[in-house]
Amino acid sequence: MPDLSINFAGIKSPNPFWLASAPPTNSGYQVMKAFDAGWGGAVWKTLGVPVVNVSSRYGGVNYRDKRLVGFNNIELISDRPLSHNLREIEEVKKRFPNHAVIASLMVQSRQEWHDIVRQSQDAGADGFELNFGCPHGMCERGMGSAVGQEPKVLQMIVEWVMEVAQKPVIVKLTPNISDITEPAMAARRGGADAISLINTIQSIVGVDLDKFAPYPIVDGKGTNGGYCGPAVKPIALNMVKNCAQHPDIKLPISGIGGIENWRDAVEHILLGASSVQVCTAVMHFGFGIIREMTSGLEQYMVEKGFQTIDEMVGKALPNVLHWEDLNMKYKVTANINEDKCIGCQLCYTACEDGAHQAIRLNAGTRVPEIIEENCVGCNLCSLVCPVEQCITMEQTDSGTEHLTWKERTEAGTAPTEFEDEKAGGRHHWVPEPSAALGKERHKTLPGKARIINGETTVPAEA
Amino acid sequence: MAEFSTPTTEQQFAENFAQLKPVMNRTEALYESSRCLFCFDAPCIKACPSGIDIPQFIRQINSGNDTGAARTIYEANYFGNACGKVCPTEVLCEGACVYNLQEVKPIEIGRLQSFATTKVIKSGEKLFGPGADNGKKVAVIGAGPAGISAACELRSLGYGVDVFEAKAQPSGLTVYGVAPYKITNEETLAEMAYLQAQFGYNVHFNSAISSRKELEKLEDKYDAIFLGIGLGKTNELGLPGEDKINCTGAVEFIAELRQHQHKVAVGRKVIVLGGGNTAMDAASESSRLGAENVILAYRRAKEEMGAYEFEYDLAKGVGVKGLFNVAPVEITGNGYVAGVKFIRTETKDGKVSEIAGSEFVEPCDMVIKATGQAKQTEFLNLIPGLKLDGKGRIIADAHTGQTSNPKYFASGDAWNGGAEVVNAAAEAKLTARGIHAYLSK
Repeated sequence: MPDLSINFAGIKSPNPFWLASAPPTNSGYQVMKAFDAGWGGAVWKTLGVPVVNVSSRYGGVNYRDKRLVGFNNIELISDRPLSHNLREIEEVKKRFPNHAVIASLMVQSRQEWHDIVRQSQDAGADGFELNFGCPHGMCERGMGSAVGQEPKVLQMIVEWVMEVAQKPVIVKLTPNISDITEPAMAARRGGADAISLINTIQSIVGVDLDKFAPYPIVDGKGTNGGYCGPAVKPIALNMVKNCAQHPDIKLPISGIGGIENWRDAVEHILLGASSVQVCTAVMHFGFGIIREMTSGLEQYMVEKGFQTIDEMVGKALPNVLHWEDLNMKYKVTANINEDKCIGCQLCYTACEDGAHQAIRLNAGTRVPEIIEENCVGCNLCSLVCPVEQCITMEQTDSGTEHLTWKERTEAGTAPTEFEDEKAGGRHHWVPEPSAALGKERHKTLPGKARIINGETTVPAEA
Repeated sequence: MAEFSTPTTEQQFAENFAQLKPVMNRTEALYESSRCLFCFDAPCIKACPSGIDIPQFIRQINSGNDTGAARTIYEANYFGNACGKVCPTEVLCEGACVYNLQEVKPIEIGRLQSFATTKVIKSGEKLFGPGADNGKKVAVIGAGPAGISAACELRSLGYGVDVFEAKAQPSGLTVYGVAPYKITNEETLAEMAYLQAQFGYNVHFNSAISSRKELEKLEDKYDAIFLGIGLGKTNELGLPGEDKINCTGAVEFIAELRQHQHKVAVGRKVIVLGGGNTAMDAASESSRLGAENVILAYRRAKEEMGAYEFEYDLAKGVGVKGLFNVAPVEITGNGYVAGVKFIRTETKDGKVSEIAGSEFVEPCDMVIKATGQAKQTEFLNLIPGLKLDGKGRIIADAHTGQTSNPKYFASGDAWNGGAEVVNAAAEAKLTARGIHAYLSK
């Protein structure tokens, strides 16, 4: 059996799944319940000077019938007295000595940082996570993302913390910045042991169309909140990759953002995370999702022959290149499996209207046909196709040639002028603009007009 | 044992005749509409005789624009609510859904359609209105799906419309002929009231037009006359004993059932003669009324029945037994029905022949004849110059519905020989346009 346990910058836990610092880690009750359920660690809801929250704190983004594909909150750090939290941390650690309990911290002055680090240490915390990410409320008070967006301030605070910390220090980064590696490097310079990312993204999840106010609504008003949930995973993955690949960072990464099942977790790990943190999925489905996560991860490791998590960390990084280093000689072409096609023609309309007019319809069949010479291999048709493995992208180049944009630029074969002969689309067929007229217009007519135009024939006999 | 106990109250009747396609709630509609793929040039639209832009209305429901969805439906089909419930969607829109090819349950288009339309009917939200008065008037004979659809469309074009209906309620077979588990009387009549409130045509109930004199009056007073008269009574079989008590026509039986519900009595053992959809309905209904045995007797083989497969399945599901390759010879009994004398048949090269000496009597205490409806040729012959085809159907232009008497236009069963509500609704819309073209010359 593979070993799921990790040693993350000196913090040990039985598996890489930690609860992120958020409402699910608000109390010892919740953390104990989570550990009982199978979670490997928990980053406690951020400790600091207790806050006062507003009522109505979360907003959701639904897609069709799927709820909470995105989620945001305007809740602040812990509103409970520090002593209560510390007492419960102690209790949890006593009961679960081998699980990771990390104290998330957010205060202002050097003295406050010293005090809270020492007190958390005394309570038995296995490490610290400095919350430099909160994008709402706390930043208005000069904390959270206000720190995370100022590498110099961030570095200074990390240095303060390192003056007293005897346990590993993780710096949690905000994504609300143009280059995530800047604060990551500042964390390294300050002496941090690890980084975690991403915190939530500044957002408005929606607007009430009747009240003309953003969600979540507080007495008819709203404010920007922190965005998280499945929708943010792609942003998180890219930032995790950026930090993992950067030669000057070289810190363990705790991946956060859109992790809901084992696949999401493995993706974070393959791009460089060596622990992962989860919040929204637990807020949606409860602690029980951990069973699927560990079982999926374990199964994947068995199938791939990984013995430890470490063997997987960053496994995909060598394959993440800059665009200019991609092989421009590689070519794929769409292929429709006629036996599987159900005739929805979404590929046709997607290619027609959204891509390169490389699919045609033929009379007498609803199965569309790929116009190979027009297909640029963009994947769009295979992405919209609702049938598994119906449209496949097949490699059509010889597989022996390799040429990148960088090489072309260096060789002087890249287009440089507006009318350049070397323009990629120069010899690609594009229909005449006026050929579009009449193709969609009739569909804007109501049913009766469609009938009159002969689209639907009325049977004269039953 | 009977599948159902005899209903004695309205409540029990509603339970025995529970709706096959109950109206969705908002959550169900959201889930179901989310599944729609929004096919390009969708097969469901092509399969709908009224050409409703189905992916469009489903998308409107999905984005919370239920009113817009109802508008999309009604723009194509004035019986939008009824059709969502009574259409044989299994062989129309839902049968064409591409999910079928993936062995995935097709979208419940009918129920989504009823969901959106029920919502506007209940709120009474005004979506349509009459067009500017053009000073011309059209008489509509028959307040069925054809007549009412024509009335709506003609009003929207600015015509004054008077509808003449022999019965006491509008919607024709929707309220008098469709099985009660497909649509309730309340639902049917609510849509009729909604349409009338929107378009403002007049309906004269209990006003049969049956004489030359009455027709003349209409010819004098109106610029055109629309025939939406449907079909007539159940065909006589011409069998000895057909006049016995408890031998009835399916159309008459169902009309009675729709109007008097649990107060309608059914035999303990019922034989339904016929193999069409109406036979299936009558058999199912007998069973749901508490008949202990219901036999569906058809003169050809099972595979040759005209009924849709799902309709036969429905009947089988409530305990109806099939008896195939038998032809009725005589209704036996002394005053009351006591049985049906059958003769066995066989089909050879598509022709049915009786097997000599194979007669037998199947005892029963009720016979329902579902052997087709007669054409109203006697009435139609009162219209000068009106031509009928060999089967007694009105001959009319396929695009305009104009008959061989230029003042008369037709749609629905009297024209197509007997089809679905949706066919009548679609045809009548076209024909109304045909009337408009004729009167605009």
